[in-house]
Amino acid sequence: MELERTIPASRISPPPAPARGWPGLLRLVHLSLAGWTWAVFAFFYIPILLLAVYSFNDSKLNIVWQGFTTKWYGLLFENRVLLEAFRNSLIIGAVTTLAATALGTAGAWILHRYRYPFAGWIGLLIFIPMVIPEVLMGVSLLSLFSSLGVPRGFVTVIIAHVTFCFPFVLIGVQARLDGIDPFLEEAAMDLGATPWQAFRLVILPYLLPAVVAGALMAFTLSLDEYIVTLFTTGSQSQTLPLKVYGMAKVGLNPQINALSTLFVAATILLVISGELIKKARSR
Amino acid sequence: MNTMVLLENVSKRFGSTVALQEVNIEIFAGEFLTFLGPSGCGKTTCLRLISGFERPSTGRVILDGRDVTGDPPYLRDVNQVFQTYALFPHLSVRDNIAFGLRMKKLPLAETRERVDKIIEVVSLDGLADRKPSQLSGGQKQRVALARAVVCQPKVLLLDEPLSALDAKLRHQMRLELKSLQKRLGITFVFVTHDQEEALAMSDRIVVMNLGRVEQIGGATEIYHRPATRFVASFIGDTNIVEAEVLGTDDGKILCRLEGGLQVLVRARNAPPDGKILVSLRPEKIRIHKTRPPGENVFRATVISEVFKGAVDDLTLRTEGGLELGVLDTNEGSDEVEFDVGEDAWCRIHPDDVIILGG
Ligand SMILES: Nc1ncnc2c1ncn2[C@@H]1O[C@H](COP(=O)(O)OP(=O)(O)O)[C@@H](O)[C@H]1O
Ligand SMILES: [Mg+2]
Repeated sequence: MELERTIPASRISPPPAPARGWPGLLRLVHLSLAGWTWAVFAFFYIPILLLAVYSFNDSKLNIVWQGFTTKWYGLLFENRVLLEAFRNSLIIGAVTTLAATALGTAGAWILHRYRYPFAGWIGLLIFIPMVIPEVLMGVSLLSLFSSLGVPRGFVTVIIAHVTFCFPFVLIGVQARLDGIDPFLEEAAMDLGATPWQAFRLVILPYLLPAVVAGALMAFTLSLDEYIVTLFTTGSQSQTLPLKVYGMAKVGLNPQINALSTLFVAATILLVISGELIKKARSR
Repeated sequence: MNTMVLLENVSKRFGSTVALQEVNIEIFAGEFLTFLGPSGCGKTTCLRLISGFERPSTGRVILDGRDVTGDPPYLRDVNQVFQTYALFPHLSVRDNIAFGLRMKKLPLAETRERVDKIIEVVSLDGLADRKPSQLSGGQKQRVALARAVVCQPKVLLLDEPLSALDAKLRHQMRLELKSLQKRLGITFVFVTHDQEEALAMSDRIVVMNLGRVEQIGGATEIYHRPATRFVASFIGDTNIVEAEVLGTDDGKILCRLEGGLQVLVRARNAPPDGKILVSLRPEKIRIHKTRPPGENVFRATVISEVFKGAVDDLTLRTEGGLELGVLDTNEGSDEVEFDVGEDAWCRIHPDDVIILGG
């Protein structure tokens, strides 16, 4: 998520070249804007960089550099508790991604394609899970599950994750649908495709960049979700963020540094590949 | 001539909007038929009833002898060229064109052969592997056309397919469309609001207004013998004048126009009586310096004149105060010219005074 937060900063950089002959004031403004941009970058990335550096530090303490080692990575891969939490996170993330992507894509298409009463209100309601405070959402889901007598575990976490992930997919797909040729579906049906074939062979390929981007987004969101997970998970379905926080409370452990480094690297790879796919596809 | 499409007493309502009212149209196999009318008159709705994207509120749609009123679009042997082209953006030109044949599950070899052939026919050679986004407007148009005709539909529907092109390309595509239709022998049903386009390409034209058919006929028939006031004024310029029937004589009707002018009119159908409307095309009113021989000769004063190259666009006022637009062709360089304020002799042949119904 670190990458996400820096987007506003990257928008103001690089500053446009100052107009020729303008007094120094404008130059000053541009320079300080550039400086601000770099400061924001530094603020976000230096901690991550330090984290990565100390994951190779041959000391149990984070503060002093003792020498290079990869032993924390070795220990990490023998750490049953963390590995199991990691596996749980992957399972929950994968299932959430599939469900949220399917739901978000289908939802966007249905909202776009069909007219029905209260369409505007339904469109608004869908976005509430995106903006509602996570604590509220956690509490409300918890009370829903317990009043229904559903035991907490994988199923409940996944339901919770899908609930806040699918609107992100929906928004992205909706944005792409805004620019669609209104007769694409009819053209396919005109050429002999059934409505389902038209969706699968024409509409879906057109939406694919947005669908892939949405899926990556959903996966990332699910993977590092803490609060909602805390409220809805059971003892057998502890996720990595929960475990890591639990460990960090006891004391900083270089294994967590190693794990976080791997995580950040994977996230960056995912986001970059998502962007690349989107670019290549929309060309 | 075989009937290919029959719209039988078709009406179409969208909520409280009446898009089509009691429309009856017969489309013959192999003809180039055009729906012509102002925006909102129901042309697209007619096409969508044939393609199956709309169902009539009442009435039937017959395609090649079979009632298809309830059939969905993908079960009808009809293809369409959309106004926006609606090419599939993720598919190459070749795959776009092959789409319909793949849906029909044609053997691969035959699909390939037919696609290659049509690519040649519409001169898209060398562009087969491009994506639609890499094509110009005219090329997209050809792909849309090829994608539809490669399916060898019974009817090809074209909804204002030229309106997105620039003027020059539009003129060129008119000729190409017409010659393609001749070569393929497919029934073309074309929609436009552009009368020039309709007159240039069609075997027959259906003139529509406010969800009704005003007239069906060939280009010359519609221009020279408009059936209604709407047709007369929508196609070309004309003078529409109120008149009163005075009597009949030897196949001709004597009418008194507004302003008192009396003219003879060739009676085509049963002579009407009472108040009628007549249409006088500006180019059919001949003007002379001296009194010409023959019928329907009257005097009028030139009240305005605009030189337009091939023609002079004049407005004349008769002694009774009737104002008429007149086009005087500039055939010779020593053409007699009329100045504003000058008196002229006018003449209109009884065949050229058209009685309008409706
Ligand atoms: N799906 C629809 N819903 C409501 N009204 C429609 C719909 N389609 C067409 N109409 C109305 O029907 C009339 C005819 O439309 P159309 O056939 O598109 O006209 P044209 O193609 O001649 O411009 C118009 O008044 C239009 O507003
Ligand atoms: Mg239309």
